Amino acid sequence: MDFIKQLFKFFAVRKKFWLLPIVIMLFIFGGLIILSQSSAVAPFIYTLF
Amino acid sequence: MKIILGISAFYHDSAAALVKNGEIVAAAQEERFTRVKHDSNFPLYSVKYVLEEAKIELYDVDAIIFYDKPLLKFERLLETYVSFAPRGLISFVKAMPIVLREKLFLKNLIIKNLKTLDKSLKPNKIFFSEHHLSHAASAFYPSPFEEAIILTMDGVGEWATASVAQGKGKNIKILKELHFPHSLGLLYSAFTYYLGFKVNSGEYKVMGLAPYGKPKYKNIILNKLIDLKSDGSFRLVMKYFNFATGLTMINSSFSKLFKQPIRKEKEKLTEFHMDIAASIQAATEEILLKITSNIHQEYKIDNLCLAGGVALNCVANGKILRDNKFKQVWVQPAPGDSGAALGAALLLYYSKKENQRKIVSKEDLMNGAYLGPSYTNSQIEKDLKNVNAKYILLDDEELINEVSNLLYKGMIVGWFQGRMEFGPRALGSRSILANPMIKDMQKKLNLKIKFRESFRPFAPAVIYENLSEWFDLDIKSPYMQFVSRVNKDKILIDENTKSFFGIERLNLIRSQIPCVTHVDYSARIQTVHKNTNFRFYSLIKAFKDLTNCPVLCNTSFNIRGEPIVNSPYDAYRCFMGTQMDVLAIGNYILFKNDQINNLDPNYKNQFLND
Repeated sequence: MDFIKQLFKFFAVRKKFWLLPIVIMLFIFGGLIILSQSSAVAPFIYTLF
Repeated sequence: MKIILGISAFYHDSAAALVKNGEIVAAAQEERFTRVKHDSNFPLYSVKYVLEEAKIELYDVDAIIFYDKPLLKFERLLETYVSFAPRGLISFVKAMPIVLREKLFLKNLIIKNLKTLDKSLKPNKIFFSEHHLSHAASAFYPSPFEEAIILTMDGVGEWATASVAQGKGKNIKILKELHFPHSLGLLYSAFTYYLGFKVNSGEYKVMGLAPYGKPKYKNIILNKLIDLKSDGSFRLVMKYFNFATGLTMINSSFSKLFKQPIRKEKEKLTEFHMDIAASIQAATEEILLKITSNIHQEYKIDNLCLAGGVALNCVANGKILRDNKFKQVWVQPAPGDSGAALGAALLLYYSKKENQRKIVSKEDLMNGAYLGPSYTNSQIEKDLKNVNAKYILLDDEELINEVSNLLYKGMIVGWFQGRMEFGPRALGSRSILANPMIKDMQKKLNLKIKFRESFRPFAPAVIYENLSEWFDLDIKSPYMQFVSRVNKDKILIDENTKSFFGIERLNLIRSQIPCVTHVDYSARIQTVHKNTNFRFYSLIKAFKDLTNCPVLCNTSFNIRGEPIVNSPYDAYRCFMGTQMDVLAIGNYILFKNDQINNLDPNYKNQFLND
């Protein structure tokens, strides 16, 4: 809950509410991706995040 | 707010730093404790160490600050994927589980880890700083300047890949930024990748390889790969790169542009590869000089502070220095992400009204970068006994005389003394030392001690008072951050010079100190000072008394792919895993021939190639 509050505050400060639908979709599909994956190690040459 | 803990983690080079009343008490990188190079895990061992050094518990710390802002990074990630869509879908699918599992919830992760040290830890003690602001703070606050322009450049932070800031007194103000994906660090890394080296660690190799080649492709880089403006800002032409939304650094258009495929890791290095390395190095220097020249003209401030991974390019730093736009240049000794932990802590400290910054000396506040753990003679003896080592105890004077004599005779010495260095350079606390005047020493050190490519150069550690007699440099360089030429009267021109090409040039005698003279007669200089490392200073002085040469060859106490040794046990293992002749550890001296234990032939296989 604390995280969602922070996220809303962040979007408000940054004026980036247009990202909200993407984030919602992301959490729905991302959750599915997480559930279907056993490892979170990705083969990035340079991790940007 | 008096005691602040700074943390960097979850990306690469995790570290912790502790600031107490504005003084840097301790700082260390996690890789030194876990023995995993560039370890990105939460730096729990480093946190424990810095608290121990300050003789406090986590409970006593007033605030904890993390070096970047995860939500801002998340925003950049989303916007990048949106702007490149539908390209990058595979990368997106692979990245999101990691982001959603941990990277987005870093605060919880930090609290969870720190609660193992203090169950009562309150979330309101945790703060976050911006990545490039942390870098800027790490470059400005420990510097000896009241006012300076701060330039930070790296791969990428949240959005910024480079920033220009002004530091004055205790305030830092960001003046301008360059944003992702346009990044000098990532451009250099793209070439590191193209040359078959590992991104994030092979950049040194590109820099070391550059003097063997000619910058034939510099104009292609400056005209086709980037759109360079007169003030040094630029945009990458993204059709050649794949890092923004892909799993690799570059794409096939990049290889087509240079008419050669990506070099495979074990493929022979050809003249083409050397020319490519020379070209990206020359292009990087041109961009940096444009930027520094422009910011000097625009802001008219004579001091420059540098940080961010690009500041590890000591060849470019040397060029900035010789460009003479700035009167003084100071580079943070840990300019990468590890140093940002320290920067974040200092930033929070000076953000408080009650904390003032006063410049009281011409020296910086880094304590020679000796900010890590040290071991007493009794701790060392205990560790040596545990591994059945054979050793001799000497007093201070005997130790200096004995080691200088052994170096004079051509022995390779592991030198383990005092507090460990913070940052990627070994500066005479965890070093392997050798006589720089011996002709084949560079090859021997590279192939038999470090197990790495023969072309890689070594650095000279020179007594500061004798600096200008040997090198074309007249400022302090205690952190090995500036490259300059060996003086003309010390250079020896081999009669075969013109008939040797590429790596063959390694076989030429280049100067009176060939081991530390690169093929272009340059050297990455470390000046050694009496007040910051008296024992190392005394050793070089004793070596000078024997040889008239105030220079030692200094390389980090590790092999390729291994983090620099931290403990006496690490040092002994490395000693027994290589062909090092002698180990001088505290006041103890160990000879390889006296050891009952056998050499460990598999030592080098325990570490991944860097």
